[in-house]
Amino acid sequence: MHITSPAFKENAARALGDARLQKALSRTGSHAKRARAVAALPEFERLRDTGRDIKNHTLANLDFYLEAYAAKVEAAGGHVHWCSTADEARAAVLEICRKAGARTVTKGKSMISEELGINDHLEAHGIRPVETDLGEYILQLRREPPSHIIGPAFHLNREDWEESFRRSHTDLPADRVFHERRDILAEARTRLREAFLAADVGITGANFLIAETGSSVIVTNEGNGDLTQTLPRVHVVLASIEKVVPTLEDCTSLLRLLARSATGQDFSVYTTFSTGARRPADLDGPEEYHVVLVDNGRSAMVGTEFQEMLRCIRCAACMNHCPVYGATGGHAYGWVYPGPMGSVLTPSLVGVDKAAHLPNASSFCGRCESVCPVKIPLPKMMRHWREREFERHLTPATQRRALGLWAWFARRPGAYRLAARLGLGALGLLARGRGAFTWLPGAGGWTKGRDLPAPEPGGTFMDRYARQKRGAGR
Amino acid sequence: MSREAILGSIRRGLKRGALPEDQQAMLRGRMAQHPRHLIPARSRLPHPEQVALFIARVEAEFGTVERVPEAAQVPQAVADYLAGQNLPPRLAMAPHPALLALPWAALPLLSVEARRAEASDLVAVQHGFAGVAETGTLMLPSAPERPTTLNLLAETAIVVLRSADIVGAYEEAWDRLRAGGPMPRNVMLVTGPSRSADIEQTLELGAHGPRRLHVILVDG
Repeated sequence: MHITSPAFKENAARALGDARLQKALSRTGSHAKRARAVAALPEFERLRDTGRDIKNHTLANLDFYLEAYAAKVEAAGGHVHWCSTADEARAAVLEICRKAGARTVTKGKSMISEELGINDHLEAHGIRPVETDLGEYILQLRREPPSHIIGPAFHLNREDWEESFRRSHTDLPADRVFHERRDILAEARTRLREAFLAADVGITGANFLIAETGSSVIVTNEGNGDLTQTLPRVHVVLASIEKVVPTLEDCTSLLRLLARSATGQDFSVYTTFSTGARRPADLDGPEEYHVVLVDNGRSAMVGTEFQEMLRCIRCAACMNHCPVYGATGGHAYGWVYPGPMGSVLTPSLVGVDKAAHLPNASSFCGRCESVCPVKIPLPKMMRHWREREFERHLTPATQRRALGLWAWFARRPGAYRLAARLGLGALGLLARGRGAFTWLPGAGGWTKGRDLPAPEPGGTFMDRYARQKRGAGR
Repeated sequence: MSREAILGSIRRGLKRGALPEDQQAMLRGRMAQHPRHLIPARSRLPHPEQVALFIARVEAEFGTVERVPEAAQVPQAVADYLAGQNLPPRLAMAPHPALLALPWAALPLLSVEARRAEASDLVAVQHGFAGVAETGTLMLPSAPERPTTLNLLAETAIVVLRSADIVGAYEEAWDRLRAGGPMPRNVMLVTGPSRSADIEQTLELGAHGPRRLHVILVDG
């Protein structure tokens, strides 16, 4: 996927001025839905610890569980294709499709597929990929990337759907009316049924891989993933290495967290475990089952300060609760994974030189960490990236100089307090009785979006603190 | 080879080589014992209350449930449901012995074909392996007598489930499944009918899978 993360600031500025996008972003029901689901399960907080521990145990033994998983897949008649890089994974998928003589390939929603750019690769080789998740389908029609890892068409409004369907489904009457959202859904259902039945290969992602049984797990509400993996002759699972968990019980505990965190459902409609190819006497199911197991930079995170990011189960709670994501939407982040999880993962996978803006796109309010079902310390890891950015001299010169200046004072408490007092005094004079500044020289960017409160009388924090302490001592 | 490259890179990160045999044996033991984690209290109930919870959860997820005292009443319940929904009396049914043994012949107007589902089917009848009370979830493992397409292709999915096969938590359903042999090719956990919230985050039923999910619960 083409990366525009280096232009995050420009992307974000454009997003803030995009009225259609802002209308879509104003739908923020996901907070309340998650909160309701969590409140209805008193054990939720303890389950977060369980989820974290399961993932930590797996990561500490990741090599063992991957080998155990692969052995089980093969014992069940499946094939595992280990791929270090995106190139290898694309080649593996193409090879499977070619061997199957595929002309049409249906696809379930998969973020790793976006990361690898599978669709473009197949198209370039004369194979038609058809996205079957409703959100992914319209994005394929519009040639847009997803803006959210759970609701890929989060950024669209109903009129965008109608417009795109009219433009793309030209064999239907142009004057047809979409009275309800249901009519849009019905048209997509009919259209995609044809694709499901025509497909030679079905490609899905995986929410989990299970070492105990060699199963891949997908979680959907629509049922498109199940039709994708059941009807064609060949099923290909695209999965990254950190998806593996040891047992069905481990997976079950994580599933209790996933839907609640993602959509506020107690459980998604379809949670499906696939193990190998069609068995003798089975009446349906694929004749071939392939797993394309992708590293693409993840194994290099093991043993680093970013290892905990590999716990992520892709629920999107962090972006649903992020004020920055809520203001800019997902496209501004410029690559596959937006929001706080993306701000940590993207620099790991594409390099901090390209993605340095992302870990800076945070106010460190901490909501992401507080809702993360596997307790990933996202703000801490963004801070690690900021440190790396600084160490590698990727930070702009003015910012470096300002940080250097601040550091000089911060190491000298006397000078710091004096400077704070002087600064406060100057601001107080400038304010001349106003309660807040709507503009300040040198801070125009900051005051554009908010007011800076004028200092209240009473001195600096340290002065007041000292006074209060003296008062309390009496 | 990429397999070795990936495993090698992980081991370098973990600052060790391949796990020593005794530790591997310990991890194999953990998989063989597959210990349970925290199970929410909501399903820790006497069986009749688990059945009630299952029904309440299915209904909360936009499914419907009908209880019949005995298996022999299932065909009539199916026929009545189809008539009530204005659906034609024609269905594809799982070739499961428990369903084949039912008195379908007593309803000559109902056309029943025991097979997998095809795209043209409007109604499918599936055999339920287990129900999970915790979230009103059906466990539908694939088998020659339980084809997966029956869960997916028809607009109306009917599942026949014995009340006795309702358990509290998913973990209990897994244990029942393990008792029947190796992991089936496909195990679907189904909670309500198909839906999507992709259009303006507003829920609509009947995305790609069934628009209606009707559970016939057999008490006898």
